[in-house]
Amino acid sequence: MTYERRIDGRKFDEIRPMEAKVGVIKRADGSAMFRFGNTIAYAAVYGPRNLYPKFLQDPAQGILRCYYNMMPFSSSGERVRPGGSRRSKEISMVTEKALKTVLNLKEYPNSVVDVFIELPQTEAGSRCAGICAASMALADAGLIMKDMVSAISVGRVDDKVVVDLDYSEESYDGIVADIPIAYLPTLGKITLLQMDGIVPKKMLIDALQQGIKACQKISEVQKKALKQKYVLEGVEDVQ
Amino acid sequence: MYSELRSQVLKLLSVHTRLDGRKPHEYRKPMKVEYGVVKTAEGSAKVTIGETEVIAGVKLEIMSPYPDTPDEGSIMVGVELLPLSSPEFEPGPPSIRAVELARVVDRGIRESKAIDFKSLCLEKGEKAWMIVIDICTFNDAGNLFDASALAALAAIKNTKFPELVDGKIVYKEKTDQGIDVQEEPISVTVLKIGDHFIIDPDNEEELVAEARLTVALMSNGQLCALQKGGDSALTLDDISKMIDLAAEGSKTLRGLL
Repeated sequence: MTYERRIDGRKFDEIRPMEAKVGVIKRADGSAMFRFGNTIAYAAVYGPRNLYPKFLQDPAQGILRCYYNMMPFSSSGERVRPGGSRRSKEISMVTEKALKTVLNLKEYPNSVVDVFIELPQTEAGSRCAGICAASMALADAGLIMKDMVSAISVGRVDDKVVVDLDYSEESYDGIVADIPIAYLPTLGKITLLQMDGIVPKKMLIDALQQGIKACQKISEVQKKALKQKYVLEGVEDVQ
Repeated sequence: MYSELRSQVLKLLSVHTRLDGRKPHEYRKPMKVEYGVVKTAEGSAKVTIGETEVIAGVKLEIMSPYPDTPDEGSIMVGVELLPLSSPEFEPGPPSIRAVELARVVDRGIRESKAIDFKSLCLEKGEKAWMIVIDICTFNDAGNLFDASALAALAAIKNTKFPELVDGKIVYKEKTDQGIDVQEEPISVTVLKIGDHFIIDPDNEEELVAEARLTVALMSNGQLCALQKGGDSALTLDDISKMIDLAAEGSKTLRGLL
């Protein structure tokens, strides 16, 4: 079968409309919002702060803890029961791995950096939106980072490689592969890679290349939002 | 604990002002209610009071009515004190604070008869609507009680029933039919600090207050739920004053709906 045109009319490599903002949660040390279409993620960073219970402390380096959570009303289907699931645990873990390598945790011995990702509204791509928001929140918290982390889901629908699958494509009645990736745009490395579905290797590499291109675009949106926080209203931009 | 902070708060209150410059009986600004902020919910609202932000979302489910009320649906209120919203909140099962908050919000709605549970019945003894209201804190800068109760009511008002096909909910298809809201209960929390009473506390004031009274008021001024908190005792005179203050404050909140 051939996938002639995307269900929502986007080009095959087109990302859903994005929106990014930092400093959205006042009490957090750093925070950000990132949106892909109808998927909205908020992330708050607390720390580096003291880690308790004390036996968890590591004198050699700080630890990073990520929590991914869908709000109970964030799914268009049935209510999501609060309290976490196997799915949210796994996503928290892969998010942690996606972010950890850009931080220098040796700077924060015996401490913890907590990253809380909350999704008020989702429609596919929520772990990627979460990682994008979390990366911006870490930067907003002033932590030293080797790179930004940008994430997107790529994949295939029938014979076509597509970027940023939405719900209609994830649940498409045909051959579908969904491949969320996280990418470090400056270092040129991938820190998250998962896949559901069937794909030949050549198509996978093609999809990853397109994902990398998309992540470069996303990182520009992230960087712009970070700078935006320091723009004073009514003051001309001095180049 | 917090004796320095407490004496500072008391000193300011003795000249009718507060840490942020407000009068004792004044709400923070901005104050607003935004409806329909979450597309995946059947109804939703975001409430902002100063820097405090909460979101309430309604999901609808089909329940089998309780045996003692076979012709009634019901409501369920949950509060998630998200660890994203405060350095004090931790991940894990609901804390006693979250449970109390959810129950106080539930009581205000239930006891005021804001919703006619009989109107939620679909099939006597078999099927009825269950209105599940989840409140998530976004930023806890104090007074989660008033913000949560207001958000829950606003989300209910914003709710549209989804289509039912063969007794099953088709969440993607919303109807034009909303929940019949018969009463709008407003909760106002009054704190006692020394001999002073304040409304809309911020984080610091919550830390140093000795007692708290949350009063839910109906549109005719009658009370429909109460919850005393804090470690100190209240006199009848205290309670009377706190209720009067709550009634005054409820006008401001009611105006936002």
